[in-house]
Amino acid sequence: MLEMTVEKRLENFTIDAKISCETSGIVAFFGRSGAGKTSLVNMLAGLLRPDRGRIAVNGTTLFDSDQGIDLPPERRRLGYVFQEGRLFPHMTVRANLNYGLRRVPMGERAIEQDNVVVLLGLETCLARRPHHLSGGEKQRVALGRALLANPRLLLMDEPLASLDQPRKDEVLPFIERLRDELAIPIVYVSHSMPEIVRLADTMVLISSGRVEAVGAVDDLTSRLDLRPLTGRYEAGAVIQARIAGQDRDFGLTELAFAGGRLRVPHVRLAVGTQLRLRIRARDVALALEMPKRSSILNAIPAVVRDIGTEEGPQVDLRLDAGGATFWARITRRSLVDLNLHPGTPVTALIKAVAIDRYSLGRSAGPGRFLGNDD
Amino acid sequence: MPTLTPLETEALLLSMRVALWSVTISLPVGLLVAWLLARRDFIGKSAFNGLVHLPLVLPPVVVGYLLLILLGREGPLGRALFSLFGISLPFTWQGAALAAAVMAFPLMVRAMRLSLETVDRKLESAARTLGARPVVVFATITLPLMAPGIVVGAVLAFARSLGEFGATITFAANIPGETRTLPIALYTLIQTPDGEAAALRLTLISVVLSLAALAVSEVLARRLRTRIEG
Repeated sequence: MLEMTVEKRLENFTIDAKISCETSGIVAFFGRSGAGKTSLVNMLAGLLRPDRGRIAVNGTTLFDSDQGIDLPPERRRLGYVFQEGRLFPHMTVRANLNYGLRRVPMGERAIEQDNVVVLLGLETCLARRPHHLSGGEKQRVALGRALLANPRLLLMDEPLASLDQPRKDEVLPFIERLRDELAIPIVYVSHSMPEIVRLADTMVLISSGRVEAVGAVDDLTSRLDLRPLTGRYEAGAVIQARIAGQDRDFGLTELAFAGGRLRVPHVRLAVGTQLRLRIRARDVALALEMPKRSSILNAIPAVVRDIGTEEGPQVDLRLDAGGATFWARITRRSLVDLNLHPGTPVTALIKAVAIDRYSLGRSAGPGRFLGNDD
Repeated sequence: MPTLTPLETEALLLSMRVALWSVTISLPVGLLVAWLLARRDFIGKSAFNGLVHLPLVLPPVVVGYLLLILLGREGPLGRALFSLFGISLPFTWQGAALAAAVMAFPLMVRAMRLSLETVDRKLESAARTLGARPVVVFATITLPLMAPGIVVGAVLAFARSLGEFGATITFAANIPGETRTLPIALYTLIQTPDGEAAALRLTLISVVLSLAALAVSEVLARRLRTRIEG
């Protein structure tokens, strides 16, 4: 349980935030650059002192201005993975990894160096210095170092933001492994919705120093009123699915979800594996009837629930397919032509190729992590 | 290798001892002052900064005289030192070391302060989140990262102490075997008829000694820097 009620005047704006959520899996702090995400995490870590308020993690009070409690960072037991890694340049990777571990009493060491080295694939880096590591390796070492301090909560502040896409893809599966194989709750700060959708269960939406909403990622991304904050470009829905079958001949994977079945380009996972996928609103087209001959593999019966009120030539519609929420972005002209209203039954058409491996993330649970497409 | 005369050996060893002690006593104080100046804000900081740098701009003789006023038998500090510990600094080699330390102090603080300012404080906060107390952070992160600056500062102070003349002769006088360091011995020889040849030898010794100190600092600083940067 993470409870945080803080006020803090900063140079150019004020933080006034109230967060209360479960700390299972990954909690994402989402907001634009400068929304105050990093300040909030720094307050959690004890690197920035709130003017007023209270911070508690799993029942332990870290800060309370009324009671005069302010634990120094070294006594908070929160691991912190910084955007820039912040590895100690004068130490080897091994010494960096051990820095926090050395300060954990023997009896409280649930995570040891060997586990982390294997988990993060650092076997070949141990004797090297940070200077000689690639960007992705640096972030993996930073992850390992924070983990080895055996924290009660792991804070990650945009750990992928300084990496290019291939490096991001290199590090992301490791974060998924942390989430799935170690029972450490994670607070993940990001301004990238794809990252959050892939990793997080709970989302805290932050804007101008305030918390606008706290809830499940799926719920918040599908709320129209939050659209200005979650972003129109990012519009899309997260769907929980399960691998139902593999079509080797055509290189397709069949996924089962609440609203039926989806065929997507091959995903190298065992049948039965839970995963979640994100379908962007702009990849969903609508038809009033089931098309007969069409290249589009996925035609899902659905009902229109909600119609966005945005100005402009495009409009977003929320659809319900057997309990699963979809978003479709169509032109205002089509909306009028098809005479769509809340309650209209439609067929959602989703191009299989629009669902790429970046939209897939493995759901919590044991098993292998997502590999590359063949 | 040309052999040194007993007088030269005496002056050389004395100079080395004075300079080493000067560096030894100013290192911890210098570190503290550099840290105060680089990291702390307090009332009177600029006055404090001025005081630290004073020996750089004051004529050395003035510094020596001020030390004499402060630490002489009748001086406020000198009297206390003598009555409490029986210590009297003027006209002793320890006094020479103190005079050299005071003169070299600003150079040392400057070098250490500059290197401390280049230490990334984000690394220190990272260390705190990993469970290290501030003192431990200083010892394991800050100090190693500023090591090149400490070496440079120490060598600068050592070289400055070797050459210290004005404050030393004023405060500790010119006593053979006690406070007659290389520059003072050189000065004495110049004042002596037919002393030119011996003076030239001492000059050479001074040059060699200073160059050696510079070379050592260069090598050490480079080695430390590669250690840090990998």
